[in-house]
Formats: sequence, structure tokens, C-alpha cells
Amino acid sequence: MMIHLIVGLVLLFLIPAVPDAAVQEYRLENGLKVLVIQDRKAPLATFQVWYRVGSRDEPEGKSGISHLLEHMMFKGTPRYGSKVFSNIVQRNGGSDNAFTTKDYTMYFQTLASDRIDISIELEADRMTNLLLNEKDVVSERNVVMEERRMRYEDDPQNLLYEELVATALKAHPYRRPVIGWMSDISSIGRDNLLGYYKKHYAPQNAFIVVSGDVDPDDILARIRKAFGGISRTADPVAAVRTKEPQQRGEKRILLRKEAELPYVLIAYHVPSIPDDDSYALDVLSTVLSGGKSSRLYRSLVYEKRIALSAFADYSGIHRDPFLFILGGTSAPGKDAAAVEQAIYDEVAGIIAEAPAEQEVEKAKNQTEASFVFAQDSNYAQALYTGMFEMMGDWRLKEGYLRGIRAVSAGDLQRVAKKYFTPENRTVAVLIPVKKEGGAQ
Amino acid sequence: MSLRQKIVLLFFTVIVFLVPASEGYSLDFARKTLPNGLVVYHSERHNLPVVMVSLLIKASPLDELPGKAGVASMTAHMMTEGTVTRSSLQISQEIEFIGADLDASATKDYSTLSLSVLKKNVQKGFEVLSDVLLNPAFPEEELKRKREFVKGSLKRMEDEPSYVAEKTFLREVFGDHPYGRPVEGSVETIDTLTRDDVANFYRDHYRPDNAVLSVVGDVTQEELKDLLDRYLSPWKGRESPIRAEAVRPADKERKEPKLVIVNRDISQANIHLGHRGIARSDPDYYAVAVMNYILGGGGFASRLTSIVRDEMGLTYSIYSSFAGNKEPGQFDVEVQTKNESAGAVIGEIFRQMTRMKNEPVTDQELADAKSYLTGSFPRRLETSRKVADFLSVVKFYELGDDYPERYAGYINAVTKEDIGRVAQKYLHPDRVVIVIVGREGELRLADFEALKKVQ
Repeated sequence: MMIHLIVGLVLLFLIPAVPDAAVQEYRLENGLKVLVIQDRKAPLATFQVWYRVGSRDEPEGKSGISHLLEHMMFKGTPRYGSKVFSNIVQRNGGSDNAFTTKDYTMYFQTLASDRIDISIELEADRMTNLLLNEKDVVSERNVVMEERRMRYEDDPQNLLYEELVATALKAHPYRRPVIGWMSDISSIGRDNLLGYYKKHYAPQNAFIVVSGDVDPDDILARIRKAFGGISRTADPVAAVRTKEPQQRGEKRILLRKEAELPYVLIAYHVPSIPDDDSYALDVLSTVLSGGKSSRLYRSLVYEKRIALSAFADYSGIHRDPFLFILGGTSAPGKDAAAVEQAIYDEVAGIIAEAPAEQEVEKAKNQTEASFVFAQDSNYAQALYTGMFEMMGDWRLKEGYLRGIRAVSAGDLQRVAKKYFTPENRTVAVLIPVKKEGGAQ
Repeated sequence: MSLRQKIVLLFFTVIVFLVPASEGYSLDFARKTLPNGLVVYHSERHNLPVVMVSLLIKASPLDELPGKAGVASMTAHMMTEGTVTRSSLQISQEIEFIGADLDASATKDYSTLSLSVLKKNVQKGFEVLSDVLLNPAFPEEELKRKREFVKGSLKRMEDEPSYVAEKTFLREVFGDHPYGRPVEGSVETIDTLTRDDVANFYRDHYRPDNAVLSVVGDVTQEELKDLLDRYLSPWKGRESPIRAEAVRPADKERKEPKLVIVNRDISQANIHLGHRGIARSDPDYYAVAVMNYILGGGGFASRLTSIVRDEMGLTYSIYSSFAGNKEPGQFDVEVQTKNESAGAVIGEIFRQMTRMKNEPVTDQELADAKSYLTGSFPRRLETSRKVADFLSVVKFYELGDDYPERYAGYINAVTKEDIGRVAQKYLHPDRVVIVIVGREGELRLADFEALKKVQ
């Protein structure tokens, strides 16, 4: 069977305001999809491998296994020993890293475009030949536990966020932190990792995005040579089917920890892109907290001076419905209740009176401008393409920009009224406890 | 991580000056000096309809008079809080309506005013930039607000053990030198800054002959000339010469190690270890950069990460650096590890510092360091924003307009002997400051105590 060659072009003439690079799409026989974005502005390229596995896919009691596996991917194969991967990339002037989210795990290198074979060779190798040495598993587990201490145990605001998500969601696996619970991390053994790796790191469960100074046909030929021989796995990868039941009453969490200032987080259950409401939610988050002329900053930080910072964050890039999160850090001497109420007042204000045309236009301009700015970076271009592909299809990006453009002031009122209700919310408050001790 | 957070993350720029091994990097740009003394760099890039502007003002805490700590930062932040004709809110609204960014801030060595704007809005962007730069009003009400805000932010930062550790470390290393305090000053000093202090600092330092402007992106020579004539040529400086740098009392060199423990109920010890280092202009800087890459600046390729993270599994992050500032900056090893391992990690850091002083690096290590440092140069100039910031900063440190072409040579010329020499000269385990923020009772520093005596 011939390789299906699909050339997809973003419809520039539909959205003249936002220039966008063309994506060319291919699929290998083994199911591995390849997306190529050519950009000749500099002799550089970014190579990304996206695996459709994240913390959502983890078995009970083994939270953090996706992230630990990501760490282990740098610990070597028979051909390229531990750390050799990164050393080779760095020796060639490149950088490499990876990250894990609730939905996916992504590995990337940024290199001079004439060295891109290094990425192809190394990524194809570690897709199937990971060593997972016992000694390295034990050591890296410790590293991840240190990472958890740094990011959560000792960071009150991040800890509060973790509590918020775990409480707001009672059923869906999104409730678990990507890094995992401490005891789960320490319980993960080599066998667990090997099984998880074999199950999820398969060509039909992954795709590649390459962006930069590359020729699409040429890079595809190289990728096919390196990855084409990898067989797809026999068993289908199990999908997550849990749907979070509708929340029917407010939930509240109090966290008492050593901290200087109160902090409050409010989460509402919302749909993700490409739901019809997702674009209005996105624009709403910008109207509420996009910059110093936004509603929350003006009201809470600038005028009332009850908060040092206030935000409204819509994470629409999720495969399943997730959360719209608002919050703020109290100013010294102000309590969290005042911040919480002020946020509700701002939301009520939008429900009661439609924002002015100019305000909505501003939010759209901000979103579009940031898309344009981001395209100067190969990494960012590849990242956006990959994020939309991960949600189902890279073409969703063009639908996203169209959807944003079409949002009206009335839409903002409608979604605020629909989703920002007391029954739909979870509130988490950090109550500072005095710090012990001091400098010697 | 949300879409917006990802976008923000992508704009984080780290300027490390590097060149491919085989030849110097060629960066296309033009330089001229306006009649008012402003130095202007211009690089055309037409791949996207964006314009990136970086205005660097040679004003920093180094210029602060005694008792005026924080005025450089306050002045920078107040630039966008109101002009003669525009309120703070109007500035935000105008800039944000066109999806642009306009920010002012101060660092240890200089201040910057940055504009990111779409080509189609470049006139408006320059108009607001010009107004903010030439006609700041420093409204009393905004200053009052800003004081409260900065004090609150400093308080919030105290929640981060890493911030507390770094702040304490710099104070111990530098004492009363401006590098020893946060750029914002302190909660106490911020309250003493008056509107006159800010206005005077602006008058003394924000002048065209004391600044560098870089414009990179979708703008031609003719277009730029028009923008400069209209918006930046009217910028006038003071008649009198620029005030000489503030005189500081002479510092004493530390003669022995010092250990500071900040007791906090946290699971991880946040550690900083180091002393004073090297200035950017010192010819040894490049050898030091290569040495530092091998010691602990090269991520997984460096000894500290390799040993403390990979082999010992004791940390997620360990990193060493030499800050190349206008005056000698700090040498700093930064690491987080559970409280019980603090002693072991510190012991290992000492071992590696001593090893670097006493043994030559291997051929492989030297070659790898050079090839990374030279090979990653194009990545540092991938975007118009990075290029704009690069041009201003290179001019500030007087590295030369041919710096991109010459850097490869600087790095490739470094020998094993050079590294040995600079290790002797710039690494001082016998005089370090060690700051640990953590649970004092769990730190197990006996391990470290024994090693300290070995020197």
C-alpha cells in the first residue's frame, strides 16, 4: 500500500488577519502520523514526538507513571546509553526536553536543520528499545520525588491548585496530578513502567511534528526509513470513558499552610475545544484577565487594591471537559473572602450587562496577535499544531481562530450565565499560618 | 499548562553568546546614531508582520544613591503609569486593544522598555512608546499604588523558599553593594522613595545619549527613518553631563566560608553556594563560560547534574553559573534536595569545585562544551524578539558590532590550561557563602563539616 500523501493547507484567504504556515500531513503504514511545517527563515528546525498518553490513562495506585516514564526515556537504550541522547543533542548545539500533561507526553529537540537526522535516529530508537535499568528506575524515582517536593510540597499555591482539581473532579482521571501522589510514585517499579511503555508507546498512538528549515518530502523519506519498520501494537490502547457527573452543589476546601498571603481559587466545569461554547469561554478569559485593562486587574488590583494578582484561566486544550479557573492572591492585610466576592461581582457584571464591542474586539485582537508573535518560533508553531492534533485534528486550529472571531458580547453573557453558577463551582482557599523560625 | 501560559513561557529569553564551531555567525543589521545621541540598531526580518523594539537605558541600581535603593526599578515601572496626556489605564487600553505589549523594567545593570507590535499597528505602538518615554507624568496617586503593589509582591515572593535562599545568598556575597539587594529594594526603602526621587532619576538617566534602541522585524529603512523622525528624534536629554556612578564604600573580600540557615517548615532544603565571580568585560569570561558548562551549567552534560541528579538521585535540579555583569557578578551553585540530603549534596559540590581546580578537564568534556556553546548560537537568534534584545545588550556590554563573527574564535581558543587557570583564579571553596533554607533540625550538616576541614 502506498503512503497516503495528504497535503493540507490552512485557508489563508479565509482569515487574512492571521498569517499561518502550511501543514503537510502524511501517515505511515504503521499508523504513525507525520506533520511537517516548512519555514526557511533560519537554518533551524524543531522535531517533536507526541504520544497520546498522559496522566488520564494511568491505573489506580500508579499515578505519576506517565511522567516517570518520560524521565526514563532519557536513561538509554542498548544503542545509546543513559544520558547519551541529551549529550549527542547538546554536542550538536541543540537542546532537548520533554513534558507530560494529563492528555499527552511530548518529546522535542531544537537543532540546526542539517542535524535533524539525530532527532530521527534517536527518537525512533527509544520508541521501542528503552532499557529501563532497575538501578536507573530507583534513582529516577527519587529525582521525581524531589521534583514533587519542589513543585508542590513546598509551594502553597501549587498545592492549593492540586487540592482544587482533585476535589472539583470526583470521577474523571484528570483529578490526579501529572506528577503523581508521593506514595504512588515510590511504588512504581520497573515492571509497571515496562508494561505501560509497551502499551502506550506505539506508532499508531503517536505522531511527529517537524517545523523549520526542512523539505517535507525529504524529511518524510528519512522518517519513514527510521520509523517505518516499527510495528503497530496488536492490542488497541484502551480509551478513557469516564464522564465526570454533573456537579450539583458548591464544594469548598480550606488549606492551612505556612504562607505570607491568602490565595483563592474558583473552578467551574466547562467543555473543551471544539465545543460550541469553548470559543466564548476563551474570549471571556481574556476579557476578564488579559492585561492591565482587563476586568479583574482593573477592579481587584488597581481600583479596590484587594489583590496583588487576579486571573481567569480557560484551559480549552483538553480532550475531555475540564475547568475554568479564576483566582487571586490577596494584597497584604486583605482577606481571601473579599477577593472571592469581588470575582463573583465581576462575573455577575458581565452576566447583567454585555461588554462593550470594543472590549470584545480587544480580546480577539490580543488572541490573534499572540498567535502571530508565536509563529516566529519553530517550537511554538510545532507546539500549536501538535496540541490541536492531539485533540483530534490539527485543522481544529483554523476552526479555533474562526470561532474566536465569531464570538459576540451576547455569547460572553450566555456562557458566563450557563457555567458560572454556585452549583458548578469548587472553591479552594489558602489560609496562611505564621512561619516558624527565621534567619540566624 | 494553559495556552496562554505556554505562550508566555515561549517568550522567555536567555542570552548566551555562542557561535558555530566552523565559522562566525553573520547577523544582518545596520547601526546609526541620531543627532540627539540615541544609538539605533535595525535588522529587517520580513517573515512575519511583526515589529520588536528594545530600548535599553543605562540606568540601574548601580546608579542609586545611598538611601534610594529601588529607585531605578520604581522609575522603570512608573514609565507606563501615566504621561502628560494619557492615564495609566488609557496606556493599557490602547496597547492591549492592538494586541501589543509595552513593558518597562530594571535589571541589575540596565533598564529596558520593550514593545512588541503587529506591523499594521506600528505607528500606534511607536506613538505610545514615544509618549511614555518622553512625557512620563509619575502621578502621585499611581506612585502610591505602585509602592503598595511592589511591597505586596515582595511579601508574596517570601513564600518561595528559592527566592528567600537567593536573596539571602546575594546579600551575604555582596554586602552593601547594589548587587546584594533585590532590584526593587526592600519594603522599608520603597516607602521612602518620593515622586521627586523618581522624576530626578528619570531626568538624570533617561536620555537619548544614555540609551540604545533596537528595532527588528517587518520594517524597512525608510519606514524606520519616518518612525524615528516622528517619535524618537524629539527626545532630548539634559544639557549637563551624565551623573557619574554612585560612589560606594569599598567592600571587604571574604576570607573564610560562611553558613547561613533560614529555618522553614519545608520538605526540601533550598541551597545556594558561591561567592563573587567575574565581570562581563573580563577577557577570562569565555574560559570561565566553558569551565562553568562542564562544572554545572551544561544541564545533563555537566558534572554536577550528572553526579548529583543522575548518579545519586538526590535532586531534580542543580545548576552553576557565573553572572557576567557590568561589575563582577556572583558565582552561584543552586540546588534543591530533601532536608536529609543537604549535607551530602554540599559535600559533593565542594568535591567538584576542588576537582575542577586540581585536575584538568578531559578532551571530550572540552570538545563537547565548545561544540555546544558554538553550535547553539543560531537558536539564540531565532526570533525577532531575541534579536532585538541581543543587539541592545551586546552594545551595552560593548562587545563590538562584529561580536557574532568573533565569538566562535573566543570559545574555540580556550584550552585545558586556560580552564585550569581560571578555575584556580575564580573558584574558591575556602571562601564560599552557603545559604540553606530548610528544616534546620533535619539538615545533617556533619557530612559537610568534615569536608570543610579537608581543605
